Amino acid sequence: MALSGVEIFKLLPKTNCKKCGFPTCLAFAMKLAQGGVDLEKCPDISEESKKVLGEASAPPIRTFALGAGEKAVKIGGETVMFRHDKKFFNPCAIALNIKDNLSDAELKKAAVEVANSEIERIGQKLRIDAISIEYASNDSARYEAAVKLIASAAPDTAIILNCKEPSAAEKAVKAVADRKPLLYGATNDNAETMAGIAKANKVPLSVCAQGVEALISLTEKIKSLGVEDIVMDSGAKTAKEIIEHNTQIRRSALRKGFKPLGYPVINFALRDDSTFEAALASVAIAKYASIVVISSIAKWKNLALFTLRQNIYTDPQVPMQVEQKIYKIGEPTDDSPLLITTNFSLTYFIVSGEVENSKVPSWLAVMDCEGLSVLTAWAAGKFTSAKIAQFIKDSGVEGQIKHKNLIIPGQVAILSGALEEKLEGWKITVGPREANGLPTFLKSRTA
Amino acid sequence: MAYAVPKEAYNGKVLNVKFGKAPNAVSIGGENAMPFLSFEGEIPNKPVIAFEIQDMPPDDWPDTVKNQFAGVSSDPVKWAQRCQNELKAQAIALRLISTHPDRENRSPQDAAKTVKDVLSAINIPLIILGSNNVEKDASVLVAAAEAAGGYNCIIGKAQEGNYKTIVAAALAHNHKIIAMSELDINLAKQLNILITQMGFNKENLITDPMCSALGYGLEYTYSVMERIRLAALLQNDATMQPPIAGDVGMYVWKIKEVSASESEAPLWGSLEERGIAWEALTAAAMLIAGTNLLIMRHPKAVETVQKVIKELV
Repeated sequence: MALSGVEIFKLLPKTNCKKCGFPTCLAFAMKLAQGGVDLEKCPDISEESKKVLGEASAPPIRTFALGAGEKAVKIGGETVMFRHDKKFFNPCAIALNIKDNLSDAELKKAAVEVANSEIERIGQKLRIDAISIEYASNDSARYEAAVKLIASAAPDTAIILNCKEPSAAEKAVKAVADRKPLLYGATNDNAETMAGIAKANKVPLSVCAQGVEALISLTEKIKSLGVEDIVMDSGAKTAKEIIEHNTQIRRSALRKGFKPLGYPVINFALRDDSTFEAALASVAIAKYASIVVISSIAKWKNLALFTLRQNIYTDPQVPMQVEQKIYKIGEPTDDSPLLITTNFSLTYFIVSGEVENSKVPSWLAVMDCEGLSVLTAWAAGKFTSAKIAQFIKDSGVEGQIKHKNLIIPGQVAILSGALEEKLEGWKITVGPREANGLPTFLKSRTA
Repeated sequence: MAYAVPKEAYNGKVLNVKFGKAPNAVSIGGENAMPFLSFEGEIPNKPVIAFEIQDMPPDDWPDTVKNQFAGVSSDPVKWAQRCQNELKAQAIALRLISTHPDRENRSPQDAAKTVKDVLSAINIPLIILGSNNVEKDASVLVAAAEAAGGYNCIIGKAQEGNYKTIVAAALAHNHKIIAMSELDINLAKQLNILITQMGFNKENLITDPMCSALGYGLEYTYSVMERIRLAALLQNDATMQPPIAGDVGMYVWKIKEVSASESEAPLWGSLEERGIAWEALTAAAMLIAGTNLLIMRHPKAVETVQKVIKELV
């Protein structure tokens, strides 16, 4: 549980030495309670107090990396139940499960597909983050060979060793220890051995139990054996179990400060029906999974899952923005209409979508207004006649089109006079107030 | 370490709305816990999916979904029967899109006739939607409400600019109402208050906080729905307790991801499956944010979401 400022104060030296930069120990304690300063700033704190405070100030859900290197993904570290309360921080890793008893060619093909799964969307590079290799052959030599093959075919992808048989797991871990694979996992029957393997090879360990409560004794045991980076599988299989278990786990960690459940969650959303599997995986992504494992990938499925994950993990307080530039919609020519709007991603998507619906090829000038929508940007003084005029002049659009006619959003009709003054030789046309009026507006202009 | 499952104490409850006629009437809402958390509350009704049909051929729908209704989509009666008899729809949502001034600008009388024809051809509940033209809907939905008298339909969408006439018609002919506002919890609350101030029973109301497609503002709809639900259940805010509708199909089936062919967008994979997944994932996200009534188009997407619902209850 988090400590109050006064409780922290009791553990400090109470010398008011000011070396921490605060006037008194109490002031430092208060700041520490809010998480606004690092404990290390106090040079005289006792080792014993440091231990107590260190544990109390640890984040409610542990954060660590899945995988190694540039494409390792951070998991855990969440602080809220609902994204509107603050935001969800570390996007759920998506992992493909592969059985080790497939042929080498099939294994390689799947690994390469994962390695090449990257797609860019609104400036973010999104990809399948991990491969889970399932020990289905019951042959530890085969498992080790399969793990090595996949590791070399997908050289940057995180690896999950889906193997509960300690001797096979140990060989595989050793073979790819430098990749920091997640070992999955420890059950009531093998916990001590698995913890020993994870500790010796410095890799994270997942526990697997039947139900939320059964996880507790397992994570406590693993931790007491010296493994800190733990992932939890409560055995949730159905959509309902995923939502209920994950909600209970996150609530316990965040609201009760219950440490034995303060670790990232892994869900297996495996289904034969690929579309259904995608829908189920999205339930896990929205409802608190840090890793979701699926049984098949495809470009359409990856795109849908990446987009959902991006939506859910967007910071609600920072508007999504698109790049400032002149966008082509359809195949515009030098007399196609030119419209302007702001760079709030939703504004851009809706306006470009409606222009597309009109089937009238157009130029869409998207101006950087720090991600504000048209009316808000205008009210905030970021979408003014002077700034629009400057943007149009700087954009080079005058060299791309042969007319000088700019369509502005109906919401800012008020700008048209001032714009005509500032953009010499240009004619300003006021477009519809709402984007859904664009198809009719554009069609009637060309008719 | 001793462990107790942390349960939320909810004070409020989502209202139960029943529409359609016996024996095929459908109930939505009634839960007193956040979506699907039955370890801490009662969730008496499953979410319901209505198939969307239109009163004119869906020329503007992408082929992926349009082809599903080839042969029936030029006739709303046949289209409705197909959904009821072959696709086993729980409800039909008839969108009177032809009445839009930019489409065929058909009259309220024409719309009323379509409503009557469809109602006499089906026995499952009907949701009657306008063309989303605020002025025109006011007259179209009044005529539709009258034509559907006695069928206990859902009429929508009442918006800030036209709710008075639509609510009056729903009152006169005993229908439910979908009240739509644009992605703002305060606007949703205000519209619900305005409508109930007209003497309209809040137990006949459904809130539509405006849907958005995956990748096109889904997160806004998602969070507004979650906040509406939290207000209804934790703060017992009576104005936020109507069930929630998600008009998924119309927002999904107009974006680039469901219409760009694989040759145009090679990184996006199969168009057919992409479109279905897009509608199914959008709907699944709406469900877990609190939607009680989904309006959808593609039979395969509906089938997928039904599978999710089966696992959720």
